[in-house]
Amino acid sequence: MSALAHVTTDPAASTAQGPRATGRSRTAYLLLLPGVLWLGVFFLLPLVQLAAVSLQSRYPGFPGYYYPDLNFANYAAALTDYAPHFARSFLYAGLATLLAFLISYPLAYAMAFKAGRWRNLMLICVIAPFFTSFILRTFAWSQILADEGWVVGVLSFLNLLPGGSIINTPVAVVAGLTYNFLPFMVLPIYASLERADPRVIEAGGDLYANGFTTFRTVTLPMSMPGVLAGTLLTFIPAAGDFVNMELLGPQRGKMVGNVINDQFLAVPGGYPVAAALSFTLMAAILAMVFLYVRRFGTEELV
Amino acid sequence: MAAMTPTTPTSSTAASGPAQRPSAARRARLWLANHFAVIAAILVLLYLFLPVAYTFAFSFNDHGRSNIVWQGFTWEHWQDPCGVPGVCESLVTSLQVGVISTVVATVLGTLMALAMVRYRFRGRSASNLLIFVPMATPEIVMGAALLTIFVQGFSNIGISLGFGTIVFAHIMFCLSFVVVTVKARLQSLDPRIEEAAQDLYAGPLQTFWSVTFPLILPGIAGAAMLAFSLSFDDFIITNFVSGNESTFPKFVYVASRRGIPAEANVIGFSMFVIAVLLVVGAQVVSSMRASRYKS
Repeated sequence: MSALAHVTTDPAASTAQGPRATGRSRTAYLLLLPGVLWLGVFFLLPLVQLAAVSLQSRYPGFPGYYYPDLNFANYAAALTDYAPHFARSFLYAGLATLLAFLISYPLAYAMAFKAGRWRNLMLICVIAPFFTSFILRTFAWSQILADEGWVVGVLSFLNLLPGGSIINTPVAVVAGLTYNFLPFMVLPIYASLERADPRVIEAGGDLYANGFTTFRTVTLPMSMPGVLAGTLLTFIPAAGDFVNMELLGPQRGKMVGNVINDQFLAVPGGYPVAAALSFTLMAAILAMVFLYVRRFGTEELV
Repeated sequence: MAAMTPTTPTSSTAASGPAQRPSAARRARLWLANHFAVIAAILVLLYLFLPVAYTFAFSFNDHGRSNIVWQGFTWEHWQDPCGVPGVCESLVTSLQVGVISTVVATVLGTLMALAMVRYRFRGRSASNLLIFVPMATPEIVMGAALLTIFVQGFSNIGISLGFGTIVFAHIMFCLSFVVVTVKARLQSLDPRIEEAAQDLYAGPLQTFWSVTFPLILPGIAGAAMLAFSLSFDDFIITNFVSGNESTFPKFVYVASRRGIPAEANVIGFSMFVIAVLLVVGAQVVSSMRASRYKS
C-alpha cells in the first residue's frame, strides 16, 4: 500500500474534535444513552437470544417447541448439510462485488473528475433508481432477462449464449446482486475520489507516468478507503441476500439466505439449525471484515 | 486535468517533441482515457435506470392475471392505483413505519453523533463498535435474531409481531446510518465557529441551537432521507418481524409469485418521481441560498 493512501484521510477529522473535546463525560453519556439502549435491546439482546436458540433442541413430536440446551449438533448440521449453500453465497457475492467494482469505478471517476457542473445531477441519477422498491426492480430484471426478452434474443443471435437462457441460472442471480448493491459501491469510491486533489494525479503525468501507471500508482491508492468501504457495503448484503435468488435464480442450488429464511418462516421446527446458520454466517462475515480491514484498512472505517 | 484541446497529432511531435509537452500519442491515449470514463459513466447510468423504465412501462400494461408479458396499453391502473386489494393499505403502513422510524432514529442518532464527535469519554471505542457492527451484519441475521427474541422473549411481556415490532426493528437498523451521516457533517465543521460563539458569552445550549444546529442541519436532513428510504424499502428484516402486517415491499414480494399487479408499478414509480422531485428541489434551494450568500 502506497503512502499516498494517507492523503485522503480528512485532516479535519483529526483536528476538529471541538472546544469541548475534554468536556464532562456525563453529558456525553446522557446523549448516548437512548441510542445505546435501543441498540442494546434491539440488536445485542436479539443476538444473544439467537445464540441461545442456535443451541436449543426440539421437543420430539412437537414441532415449533424447543427447550434450552447445549446442542452443538445444530452447528454440525449447519456446517455439513449447508456447506454448498455457504460456498454459493460467498462465491456469488464475491463475483457481484467484483463486477460492481468494475462497473462503479468509471462512473465514480467521471463524477469526481469529469462531471463539472453535472456532478450533482449525476449523483441524483445514481441514487434515484433506488427510490423504486428494490423488489420491483429485481422483478423487472426477471422480465429483462427472460427467455423471450431482447437480452437473450441479442445474445443468442450472436451465438454468445450456449445455454439459451439466463433467467433461473446463477448468472441471473449474480447480475441481480451486482445491480442491487451498485450505489453502495459507487458512493464511497466517489467520496474518496472527490476528496483527492486532482493536482496530485496531474503530477503523476508530469513525472512521465502514462495514464495507466498514473491510475495504478496514484489514483487507485488514493481511492482505496472508498474501494474498501464499497466492497464491504456490497459484499455483506449480497452474501446474506435471498431475494435475488428467489426471483431470478434456479429452483435448486439456493444460497444460505434462502435456507435461513425458509427454515425460520416455512419449516416447522427449523429454528435451531436456522439460528446456527445465521450465527455462522455472521461470524464468517465479521471475520472476513476484520481480516480485510486489517489487511487494507485505514484507521477509521466508519 | 489536462485541457482536451484537439490538436492534430503528427508523428514528428510524437518522436522528437520537447520534454515539457506531452507527446501526441500520450495525448491521444489521455483523450481516450478521459472519454472512456465519461462514456462508461453514461452507459452505467442507463443500466441503472433500465429496470425503472421497465417498472414504468409495465404500469401501463393491460394485463390479465399476471403482469409479466406485455399485452397492450391502458391508463386503467393509473386512474385507480388502489384498485387491487391490499396494495394501498400496505403503502400506508410503509409510510407510517417510515415516518415514525425516521423521526426516532434521526433524533437518537444525532444525539449519539454529537456525543461521539464532541466528547472524549470512557467507552467511546466500544460505542463506536456498537454503532458499526449493525451495519456490518447481514440483514437476514438481524431479522432472524429479532424474530427469536420477539417470539421467545418479548412475547412474554405482551409484544406480538406486527406494526410495533416493525417500527422497533426499523429504528434499530436506521440508527447507525444516521450516526455516521451526522458525524461526518459534525467532523467537517470548523470548531472555531463554536469557540467564537462561546467567546461572545453564549452558553452551551445557546451555542448549540443558534450555531451548531443550523450548520449540521443539512447533514441531519440527509440522514433523515437516508433513514426513510432504508425503512421504506426494507424487505428482509420486515419479513421476519411483521407477522400478519403487510408493508409495500412485502406486498410486492408476495405478489411477485403470480406477477406483480400494475397498480404496484404505479405506486413504485410514483414514489421514485416524488423522491427525485424532493432531491432536486432541495438541491435548487441550497444552490439558491448559496448564491444569495455570495452576492
